[in-house]
Amino acid sequence: MAQVFHHSTNLISRLTIYGFFLLVAVGGFIPYWIDGSPYVTEANVPKAQPVPFSHKHHTAELGIDCRYCHTSVEQSSFAGLPPTETCITCHSQIWKNSPMLEPVRQSFRENRSIEWVRVNALPEFVYFDHSIHVAKGIGCTTCHGPIGAMPLTWAANSLKMSWCLDCHRHPENNVRPKDEVFSISYQPPAHQIEFGTKLVKEYKIYSLTDCWTCHR
Amino acid sequence: MHAEPKTPLDVQVIAANLKHDGARRLWRSLEELARTPEYDAFLHDEFPNDPEKEPKPARHGLNRREVLKLMAASAALSGLTACTKLPTEKIVPYVRAPEEVIPGRPLFYATSMVDRGVAVGLLVESHMGRPTKVEGNPDHPGSLGASNIFCQASVLTLWDPDRSQVVLREGRISDWPAFLAMAADLRANFTSTKGAGLRMQFPKAKWYTHEPCGNYAARQGARMAFGRNVNSVYRFDQAAVVVSLDCDFLNDGAASVRYARDFANWREIETPRAQMNRLYVVESTPSITGAMADHRLPIRCGEIEIFARALGAALGLPLRGASSAVPDSWMKAVSRDLQNHRGSSLIVAGASQSPSVHALVHAINASLGNAGQTVIYTDPIELSPENDSLSELVKEIEAGQVSTLLILDSNPVFTAPADLQFAQQLLKVSLRIHCGLYDDETAELCHWHIPQAHFLESWSDARAYDGTVGIVQPLIAPLYHGRSLHELLALFTDDIGESDHALVRDYWRREHSQPSAEQFGNLWEKTLHDGVMAGTALPALSPKLILDYGKLPDVPAHNEQSIEVVFRPDPTIGDGRWANNAWLQELPKPLTKITWDNFVALSPATAWRLGLTTGDVVNLNIGGWKASGPMWAQPGHADNSATVTLGYGRKRAGHVGTGFGLNGYLLRTSSAPAIASGLQIEKTGKTYLMAATQIHHPIERNNQQVEEESENAFARDLVRIATLEEFRKNPQFAREPEKEVATGLSLYPPFKYEGYAWGMSIDLSRCTGCQACVIACYAENNIAVVGKYEVMAGRDMQWIRVDNYYRGSLENPETYFQPVPCMHCEQAPCEIVCPVGATLHSPEGLNEMVYNRCVGTRYCSNNCPYKVRRFNFKLYSDWVTPSLYGLRNPDVTVRSRGVMEKCTYCVQRINAVKINAEKEDRLVRDGEIQTACQQACPAQAIIFGNINDPDSRVSKLKHQTRDYSLLAELNTRPRTTYLAKLRNPNPEISST
Repeated sequence: MAQVFHHSTNLISRLTIYGFFLLVAVGGFIPYWIDGSPYVTEANVPKAQPVPFSHKHHTAELGIDCRYCHTSVEQSSFAGLPPTETCITCHSQIWKNSPMLEPVRQSFRENRSIEWVRVNALPEFVYFDHSIHVAKGIGCTTCHGPIGAMPLTWAANSLKMSWCLDCHRHPENNVRPKDEVFSISYQPPAHQIEFGTKLVKEYKIYSLTDCWTCHR
Repeated sequence: MHAEPKTPLDVQVIAANLKHDGARRLWRSLEELARTPEYDAFLHDEFPNDPEKEPKPARHGLNRREVLKLMAASAALSGLTACTKLPTEKIVPYVRAPEEVIPGRPLFYATSMVDRGVAVGLLVESHMGRPTKVEGNPDHPGSLGASNIFCQASVLTLWDPDRSQVVLREGRISDWPAFLAMAADLRANFTSTKGAGLRMQFPKAKWYTHEPCGNYAARQGARMAFGRNVNSVYRFDQAAVVVSLDCDFLNDGAASVRYARDFANWREIETPRAQMNRLYVVESTPSITGAMADHRLPIRCGEIEIFARALGAALGLPLRGASSAVPDSWMKAVSRDLQNHRGSSLIVAGASQSPSVHALVHAINASLGNAGQTVIYTDPIELSPENDSLSELVKEIEAGQVSTLLILDSNPVFTAPADLQFAQQLLKVSLRIHCGLYDDETAELCHWHIPQAHFLESWSDARAYDGTVGIVQPLIAPLYHGRSLHELLALFTDDIGESDHALVRDYWRREHSQPSAEQFGNLWEKTLHDGVMAGTALPALSPKLILDYGKLPDVPAHNEQSIEVVFRPDPTIGDGRWANNAWLQELPKPLTKITWDNFVALSPATAWRLGLTTGDVVNLNIGGWKASGPMWAQPGHADNSATVTLGYGRKRAGHVGTGFGLNGYLLRTSSAPAIASGLQIEKTGKTYLMAATQIHHPIERNNQQVEEESENAFARDLVRIATLEEFRKNPQFAREPEKEVATGLSLYPPFKYEGYAWGMSIDLSRCTGCQACVIACYAENNIAVVGKYEVMAGRDMQWIRVDNYYRGSLENPETYFQPVPCMHCEQAPCEIVCPVGATLHSPEGLNEMVYNRCVGTRYCSNNCPYKVRRFNFKLYSDWVTPSLYGLRNPDVTVRSRGVMEKCTYCVQRINAVKINAEKEDRLVRDGEIQTACQQACPAQAIIFGNINDPDSRVSKLKHQTRDYSLLAELNTRPRTTYLAKLRNPNPEISST
C-alpha cells in the first residue's frame, strides 16, 4: 500500500509539536518580560511634574537633608511631601520671580495645593512603612536610587514583590550604619555582606517574609 | 430570592426533643429543636445557599461554541490585565501644614456622645481630619475606655450620605442667609410680643421636652419617694446581691457602659475562693441583663409592681395588699439574701415600671441601708428635668396658643404617642421650624428644615451618669453646612451670630469666675485634652424618704387571660433615630438574632395557644389602635405578654431605614407609654420572612457520640458552665473532657514561635452579649453590610459573632453568650486546603488571609469547623458613594467580590505597635495592643496578648483552670480560648 503521507509530513508534524511548546514558552515569557519592563513598572522613567523640581540641585548641590522636606519619614508610614509653605520659606527670598516657580507662588497665594505626580507607586494591597525601614538602617538611596543625580525624579526600582523580597530575605546585602541612612553619597563597603551581617545582628533586623508583614 | 420559605415549627417535635435531651442540653433556637430543613442546611454547610443554585435569567443554555469563545476571551483578557500599568496618581500636600498632623498617623481627640441626656466619653481616631473610629475614653467615668454599639456606630451616621444636606423651605432647597433673614424678622416680632422666643429673653416662650424612651417614671418615682427629683448613681462594684425589676442596666442607656464593667468585675473568678455577686432579674421580655441573671423570673411586666410590693412586705415595709404569684420559696430566698447583704445589695427598677415601683425601690434600698452605699443620690443631671410635655404642647396647640414651633433634634411626628395625633396638630402651628440630622417625617411637615451638625461636627457639653462634665469637641468641620443647636438657638438670644465654640467656652468661663483668664485657658485646654472636667461629678445627697405607703396608688388590676403589650426601644436602632444606620440594622438583636426587622415577641406557649408560629403576620389591636407585623416565639418570654420594640416602620429615614418593620408607635398612647393591657392578636394567615442569624453558623457536634455517651458529650459542650459551688468542688471541670484528647499530634512539623505568639482569651463569665465588639469590628475593619436578603442566605460579613445558647425549658431557659471570632488555630484546617496559598500561618501564629491571592474557591470555609470565614459572594463593599470613602480605615483593605475574609486579630494594630516598639528598641508591652473588639468591650471579656510571655495577662488567663478550647477534640489547637461560664445561683432556690 502506498504511503498516504509524504516524507515531509514528518517534519511538519515535528515542527507543529515543538512549535506549539515554543509558542507557549514564548507566549508566556513575553507578557512576563513586558510586565517587568520599565514600560509597565515605569522604573527609570523620569516623570513630568507641575514644577520641574530637581532633587539633584536641592540635595547633592545644595546639601539639604532629605528630612527637611520629607518630615514624617522617621515617624510615619508615609515619608511626607512638603507643604507649599516649605518651598516658600526659601523661595520667598531666592528665585522669587522665577517663572518656573510660578505654580508654587500661585499655590501659596490661592491656598490651593500643588498636585505632584507620584513617582514611586506601590502596587495595590501593599502597606509599606517608611519609618521602620529608616530606623533599621535602610538608606533612602537603597530604594530610591541615586537621588542626588536626578534632575527630574524617577523611580529607581520596579517595586515588584520579588525586588522587595530580595532584601527582606537578605537584609545584610543592603543595610548600612544608622547615621548614614540619609546620606545620598553613601557607598557600601567592599565587604558589605560581612559588614551587613554584623549590622543585622546589632540592629535586630528580622527577615520578615510572611504575607501580613506587608499585605493585609 | 434564594431563601426558601420557612418551615413551620412543629410543637410536638420541639417538646419531644427537649424532653429527650434533658436539662443539660444546650440549644440555640426553636428551629434547632424542631430540626427544620433550614437548620440542617446551615448545620451541614457554611454557605448553604449556593449562588449557583439561584434562579438565573431564562437564556442560559450555553453551547460548546459559546463556551470556547468565552474561555478564549477570558484567557486573553486575564493575560491583558496582567500588563496593565498602574494609573498615574497625584500626591496633594498641604499648602500650610496644620500642627500635629503627621500624614499616615492617626490623631485621637476626646469628645463625648450623648444618649438620652447622659454622656459617654469618647476618644475619636482621626486620619488627616477624617474621623474613622470611635473608642471609649479611659479617663471618663462613664466609659473607662469602653463604649457601646451606638458610640461605635455613630461614625457611620456622620458619613451617612442620606443626612440632610441643605436648608429646606417648604420642601424646596433654600439657604442659610434666607433662614437668617426670616429669623431676624421673627426675632423682631418676638421682641414686640415678648411671646415666642427663648425663655429668659422672652418670658412667654415655652420649652417642651419629648424623649420617646426616656426615664420619666423614674423622675416621678423620685418625687414620690423624696419629694424632689434625684439622679440615682448605682455602685455595682459594691453590690453583692442585685435585684433588677425589669431594668436592663447592662445594655440600655449610656450608663450601662460603666455598669457593665462594674458588674463584670464581680464575675471573673480567678481562684475557687473568690467571691461572686448574685443577680436576680424579674422581667417579662428577655434582655441581656436577664441572660446574665443567676435567677430569672419571667412574669408579666404589669405584675412586677405586685412583685415589688411583695418584696417590700417580705423585707418588713408596711405594705398592704401585697400578694404575688411568685413562689413563696423564691420570695423568701431573695429577701433572705438581701437581708444578709444589708448595705451591699441593690434593687433597681427599669424605665417600663410605674412611678410607684421606682418609689418602692427607693424605699427598699433605704430600708436595706443601701442608700449612700450601693446607690448614690445626686442632683439631676439634666438641666430642665421635666416630664414628657408633648401632650401639654398638643393641648396648647389646640387652644391656638402656639404660633411658632422650633423642633430641635427630635422627630415627634414619628415618635409621638398615637392618641395625640401629632401630625394633624402640628399643621395648626403657623410657623414650624425643624432642625435635625435627617430630612425626616417631622421635617416634611415643617416650613423650614435646618440640617443639624452631627456631634462629631459641633461643640457642646454634657454630663456623664455621675454628673462629670465632658466637652463635646468637633473632629471635622460640618460636612453639609449643618448648624449646631447652640448656634440655632443663639439666633433668638443676645448671642446672635456667636459660634458654638464661643458659646460653650464662654459658658464655662462664666462658671469658673475665680481663676484668671490664663488659668481658665489652661483648665479649658486640659479639659479638651482629657475629655472630662476634673472634679465635676455631682456631690452625693442624702434625701429624706417621705414615701407614704398608704397613699401608693393601687396596682392596676390585671386580667390573667388578657394579653399585655410592652413597648421597648429597639435594642439596635433605639427609638428609631438610628434607623438609617446600616451597621445597627444588620446587627442581630440580642437573643432573637433578628436583623433588619422588628416583630411582636410572644412566649412559645402563648403563641401556640393562639395558633401562631414564628413568622406569622398578626394584626394587633389595643383599644382601637392598630398595627400589624410578624410574630416571633421567644423562649423565656413571660406568658400572656407581648413585646413590641419601637423605632421601625419609618417613612422618611433614608435609603437604609425606610419602609419596613412594625411601627410600635401606632399602638402606643400617652396614657400607657410603657405597658398596655388588653391586646388583641389576630392571625392574618400571611407569613413574613425575617432574617434571623440564630440558625446561622451552627457548630456541628458528632450526634452519634452525643447519643451514645450523653453525659460526657455534654461536658464537652461548646459553652462550659458550672455553678460557683461546682467550680469550688472541681476547679478542673472545664478541662476534664479533654483529658483523653491527644493534643499536639500532627503529620505536619510543628511551628516554632521564637518572638511573639499572639493569642486571645474570652471570658464567658464576663461577656454580657451586648455586641459592642461586633460594631467595633465593622468600623475597624471596613466590613461591608449585605442587606436583609443576603443575611437570610447566610452571607452576613461579621468577623465576630455572638452566639447565644439556651439551656433548659422553653418557659425560662438559662441563656449563654459566646463571642466567636477566628480561632487562629495552631493546626488550622483552612490553611492546608487552600490551593493558591492565600491563607497561611505566620511566624507569630496568626492565621493570615491574603486577599490578593484569594481566588474564591471557598475550600477554607468549607473546612473550618468554627464557621468563622466570610465570603464576598457579591460586591458588598460600597465603592461608589464618595462620603463613605471618608469613613474607611486606611490601614485595612476594602475587599471586593470573590474574596474570602475573616478576623485578623486586627493585624494592622499589631503591626503598628510592633513597628513603634522596634523603633524604640524594646519589646511590645503587655496590653499595648488592643484588638478593636477588646477595646470596645464594656465588660472586658476579651483579652489579647503575647502567649509566649508567661507574665502577660492573656497567658495568665489561659493558665486558669476555667480555660478551654472550642472543639478541642479536633486537635486544631485554637489560639482563641474561652474561660468557662460560672453562675452563682442561690442554693435555697432549687431550680427555676
